[in-house]
Amino acid sequence: MSSRALWVLGIFVALVALLAAGLTLNPREVPSPLVGKAAPPFELPLLSEPDKRFASKDRLGSVWLLNVWASWCVSCRDEHPVLLELAKSGAVPIYGLNYKDKREDGLRWLAAYGDPYRLSVIDAEGRIGIDYGVYGVPETYVIDKRGFIRYKQIGPVTRETLAQKILPLVGQLSRE
Amino acid sequence: MIPELGQVALSLALAVALFASVSALAGAEKSNAEWMAFARPASQSLTLLVAFAFGCLVHAFVVNDFSVAYVANNSNSALPLQYRVAGAWGGHEGSLLLWTLILGVWTSAVALFSRHLPEEMAARVLGVMNLISTGFLAFMLFTSNPFDRLLPAPADGRDLNPLLQDPGMVLHPPMLYMGYVGFSVAFSFAVAALLAGRLDATWARWSRPWTTVAWVFLTIGIALGSGWAYYELGWGGWWFWDPVENASFMPWLCGTALIHSLAVTEKRGAFRSWTVLLAIFAFALSLLGTFLVRSGVLTSVHAFAVDPKRGVFILGLFALFVGGALALYAWRTARIGLGGSFAPVSRESFLLANNVLLAAAAGTVFLGTLYPLALDALGGGKISVGPQYFEAVFVPIMAPALFLMGIGPLARWKHSSLPELAVLLRWALAVSLTLGLLLPLAMGSWKPMVGFGLSLALWVVLASLLSLRKGARTRSQYGMVVAHIGMAVFVVGVTLVKGYEAEKDARMRPGDTVEVGGYSFLLEGVADVAGPNYQAARAKVSVSREGRPLRVLHPERRLYTVQQSVMTEAAIDTGLTRDLYVSLGDPLEGGAWLVKVQYKPFIDWIWGGCLIMALGGLLAATDRRYRFSLQAKQDNVVEAAA
Repeated sequence: MSSRALWVLGIFVALVALLAAGLTLNPREVPSPLVGKAAPPFELPLLSEPDKRFASKDRLGSVWLLNVWASWCVSCRDEHPVLLELAKSGAVPIYGLNYKDKREDGLRWLAAYGDPYRLSVIDAEGRIGIDYGVYGVPETYVIDKRGFIRYKQIGPVTRETLAQKILPLVGQLSRE
Repeated sequence: MIPELGQVALSLALAVALFASVSALAGAEKSNAEWMAFARPASQSLTLLVAFAFGCLVHAFVVNDFSVAYVANNSNSALPLQYRVAGAWGGHEGSLLLWTLILGVWTSAVALFSRHLPEEMAARVLGVMNLISTGFLAFMLFTSNPFDRLLPAPADGRDLNPLLQDPGMVLHPPMLYMGYVGFSVAFSFAVAALLAGRLDATWARWSRPWTTVAWVFLTIGIALGSGWAYYELGWGGWWFWDPVENASFMPWLCGTALIHSLAVTEKRGAFRSWTVLLAIFAFALSLLGTFLVRSGVLTSVHAFAVDPKRGVFILGLFALFVGGALALYAWRTARIGLGGSFAPVSRESFLLANNVLLAAAAGTVFLGTLYPLALDALGGGKISVGPQYFEAVFVPIMAPALFLMGIGPLARWKHSSLPELAVLLRWALAVSLTLGLLLPLAMGSWKPMVGFGLSLALWVVLASLLSLRKGARTRSQYGMVVAHIGMAVFVVGVTLVKGYEAEKDARMRPGDTVEVGGYSFLLEGVADVAGPNYQAARAKVSVSREGRPLRVLHPERRLYTVQQSVMTEAAIDTGLTRDLYVSLGDPLEGGAWLVKVQYKPFIDWIWGGCLIMALGGLLAATDRRYRFSLQAKQDNVVEAAA
């Protein structure tokens, strides 16, 4: 076996190790500039009764989750059972932001799969989504008593992230 | 029911591929003719099974079967039929199925056109190719099954990404995959030759036409992708050095080096060890590209949904195939031998320089693509490497390569004389320098880089034509000359676009005019129109030059209703010497619109050059000596022994 061939093999092994290390990283996990900042305030019509409105400042003083969802979003279905369980446990209230959706589609979707939300608001044009830097649905924000964003989950909430990140954080924030 | 049939076909295909690879490789090792005899029929049944599965998936798309999760994610009942068919490869699972189907097509082609090979060689090549099929079929069935059901079925699908709803989608991925996967043939020939311990001129002769055909497809595939990005993305750029573009460019550079080094190995028996390594690398880089796109380790416009399991699986395949081949190479390299010797000035030396430069180019692209990943893995934060890096390192590598491209074909094998070459080429050099430096004046302003680029392009054309006068007039000789001229055409396009392109972003109300590159663009108005699955604002822009009306362009800004995403549909007036490119941006207050107007001189030469290169490759690959290889093989053994 020549030393040249060994070199080639060595470099290849290093490359595979690098790629394996790359797999453990998430290039999309761009640290959100909003984490640690005040959540952009909004006041939007309710999905169930568009005459009524919900303002985010009403939630000051308690910890809550803002979950961005849409009826057209297939991965929202994956996280839906997790959210339903979380709602049943009563650990933290979930508010829904129905993003770039049609009202009747959203209502039909909730009727079909269950409604884990205290309430959902309509962001039909995605303006609030822009304020929050939403770039894919679903996304979930943990907002503390002072109205600051403390955590942002890009993509579906899984049982693991819920148990390892979101619930411990909610517990800590409730004691703050 | 039909999706289940597709799934069954895929499972059967996995079993057939595994069986074929084991029996062919073991049969070749033990010289067992009965075992080896399975390789051909098994390869063909594998292809038929995968093609059947592919048909089932297309059927699910055509009939809007949204109970299939993949269809629900990538189609919609309002999607036009041609995009429902192309939607079959619009996402991860389906494009993987296309990949596997194309691998099957190549395997069957080898099975058909390998009758003249020694039985053991053919069995080994088919065995390796079936082994690759086994890996990819397992990858598909275990992590990315396109036939998974989604129950209860949604009323309608999520729609195909609007960027992909374009004729480019119908052609670009299949062509690109034909190229990527085609390098698996050269790879399999290399591995088979290493297994047999027989790396000689005959091996190179067998590999050459396959490698060239794969290279032709890859060239067309990359050109199509670049042209598609140009008119679809609405920015008017033709190459972005995006990680996934780089992933297709690295195998191309490596494949180009391979074509040239195979020529040396075939004619002179030299560079064997290097050639075999290049054959492994070309396919390794194709696999690496697949990994980069599928695993989500890099962000890109092309990246598919991220699932860590997939990344691990495909990294495993990459490590297995490439690692295995390299280990075999390390083990057998001592037996490869050196081949014919040559003088410092000879065609071999020029081809060696070509290989070094192309390998260096592939290396710089590789570094730029993986550097952000390496930095992130070492905790250095997130960065991206942009066009500035690639352009800065690429020009100094490609310029000498182009210069040598003129000399190489005129140099003699074994030994050539520099003074003789200088006499032969002095007029070509003088004419290309003079014309190249003067031509920019005709474009209005003299720029050194333009003069340099045009001189190089002219040099390549003149020297290539000269080589026709000197060399043997075979079809492969013509192929080489055509491909080199294609490269020159490409260089002209790149040089002139870089040198003289002009653009303006204007805020325009109906009735406003903007001037770019000597043309006036008048926005006459914007109207609403409805498409099958989108609503659009359609502008009417009249183009004139010095008061003479030329054309009316209709750029659109489309809102695709299902995904609520906005796409700009640029309007382009294409011409031999320039494109006029208008794209409609956002509406502003007071009835005004943001309009981007661009003047792109000679941009179509970029893709024209690629097509000419591909045509050259096709000419070379169909040279008659490959069709009468039996005779040639005998000649060659004598030649190699000499």
